[in-house]
Amino acid sequence: MIQALADGILTGAIIALGAIGVTFTLAIMRFANFAHSELLTWGAYLALVVVAFAGPGTPTGPLSFGWQLLAAALIAAILTGLAAWAVDLLVFRRLRRQGAMPLTMVFAAFGAALVMRHLIVLVWGHESRYYTRELQMAVELLPGVRVLPDQMFILGLALAAMIALHAFLAWSRTGIAMRAMAESPALAQVCGVEVEAVVRLTWIISGALAAFAGVFVGLTPQLHPEIGFNLLLSLFAAAIFGGTGSLAGAVVGGFLVGLGENLSLLVISPGYKGAMPFLLLLAILILRPQGIFGERK
Amino acid sequence: MLSYLVFFACIVLILGVLTLALNLQWGFTGLFNAGVVGFYAIGAYTHAILTAAPQAQYIGNFGLPWLVGVLAAMATSALAGWLIGLVTIRLRGDYLAIATFGVAVSIQLVALNWEPLTGGSQGLTRIGKPLAHLFDTPFGFNLWFLGLMIVLMVTIYWALDRVLMSPWGRVLKAIREDETAAVALGKSARRFRLEAFVLGSTLMGLAGALYVSFIGFVSPFDFLPIVTFQVWAMLIVGGSGNNRGALLGALVVWAIWAGSGVLVSKLVPPSRAAQGAAVQVILIGLFLLLVLLFRPRGLIGEAAVVSRHVTD
Repeated sequence: MIQALADGILTGAIIALGAIGVTFTLAIMRFANFAHSELLTWGAYLALVVVAFAGPGTPTGPLSFGWQLLAAALIAAILTGLAAWAVDLLVFRRLRRQGAMPLTMVFAAFGAALVMRHLIVLVWGHESRYYTRELQMAVELLPGVRVLPDQMFILGLALAAMIALHAFLAWSRTGIAMRAMAESPALAQVCGVEVEAVVRLTWIISGALAAFAGVFVGLTPQLHPEIGFNLLLSLFAAAIFGGTGSLAGAVVGGFLVGLGENLSLLVISPGYKGAMPFLLLLAILILRPQGIFGERK
Repeated sequence: MLSYLVFFACIVLILGVLTLALNLQWGFTGLFNAGVVGFYAIGAYTHAILTAAPQAQYIGNFGLPWLVGVLAAMATSALAGWLIGLVTIRLRGDYLAIATFGVAVSIQLVALNWEPLTGGSQGLTRIGKPLAHLFDTPFGFNLWFLGLMIVLMVTIYWALDRVLMSPWGRVLKAIREDETAAVALGKSARRFRLEAFVLGSTLMGLAGALYVSFIGFVSPFDFLPIVTFQVWAMLIVGGSGNNRGALLGALVVWAIWAGSGVLVSKLVPPSRAAQGAAVQVILIGLFLLLVLLFRPRGLIGEAAVVSRHVTD
């Protein structure tokens, strides 16, 4: 039971990082980006490329990797942010300019997701990959609750990233412009917010956070081309749970979905775990479609 | 070669039924069903469970006649469409997409995990085929099935045409174009949408039953999310809102898919089969994005209809 709680919090942190990007594209770009999950996969594999050159580093302390892997994650985050923006330039911006309906964008995202995921398969195949082959002993955090040191580190890093983003949104001029766009694009434009600049920044931040989430999934313990896709429903459940455009909402939603998935394993067979985020999503959509932090329109 | 063409034509016609069903939901009503494969799977498994030859280890496998399986498949997928529609139809468009996508994922999980009923990853075999005992060779059966499919397709196409031209069909378009105006005229947008969703789901279930009774076995790996994507690609490429376009799209997209499959299997060594399959998906994905960007109406778009009461 407590073990399931601990696992839920750890998965929750990863889902929250991914859901932040989903919630911002829902609020600022006004469409459900089915390709967001592929940014997680891309981030994880881009980090793998860096690790292939630099190595995962010598294990530091109780961790299974060294500073090199963190550097790799950082580089992957920047590259994935740029990749997300590139997809926007190639596909979504053209559609926006044509005045496409939001649902056409959703469909284009579907197509982009397939292409992105299978480019990974094309290069790396379906086999599982590892950043590091180091074995790691779980530490007993509380009686009966075992956690890997890597997982604790990931949780800390994810929380730090969320706090940094919150500070950026709350206090910086660009951050305020982003929140304004999420509230009302028309009103933001009237107030002199540069729409394209905000859109670009949104993609880069979403991509970077997704890359971190992807690396964290890959680190505990392996990566394969479906790591992002398997989280797709969880990401949407978390984003909608929190209410679109709300950072705090996405984070809380992420943790709740992570906890829900892991606690459900106490009663259902693991084969059905993949359906849990869907059931949570359905419950939210029926009970409170605007999300916990959203306002009724 | 001829036997392959007959097989190919049967598959295209089955996928054509799916595409017509999606066209009813998306092209004419504006409902984003991202879980097409879920309803397809419900039809396929209903038919399989009812008609497969009895086996001790399975709950189902009742060995019922083919026609019973087909009708039951339509009934269960209609019921599923109604239940899911009740909950999701009032949502905004992209939430409906996410919810229906989740439905398809969950149904696939059930197919994969509920072994006593669905055979799990093994699937079910010896599924009821229409009048199979009359034919000695697979080719003979395929030829007969093709004839059956052509008759069914003509019937469905004609029926959909009538339905869409009827007052009911015109209300659907009215709601899609301007919901407020349609509601102001006293039409319940929600009821019409739900009805169109259920009718589309029923046809998807029919397509599923036809597919497994043609192939003769059912496997959860035939119902992956990629199928939803293929059907959507067929509709968008052909031209949504136009039934002839939907059928043309089914033919073009499946020809590209099957053709690239043959090409890949010839050019790519078996050890690289995963990469070859990836190329296939990338091709179809790019094709779709290019159509969306450069020919958003599709090959044959929706015909503009002007009321006969309008005079210049």
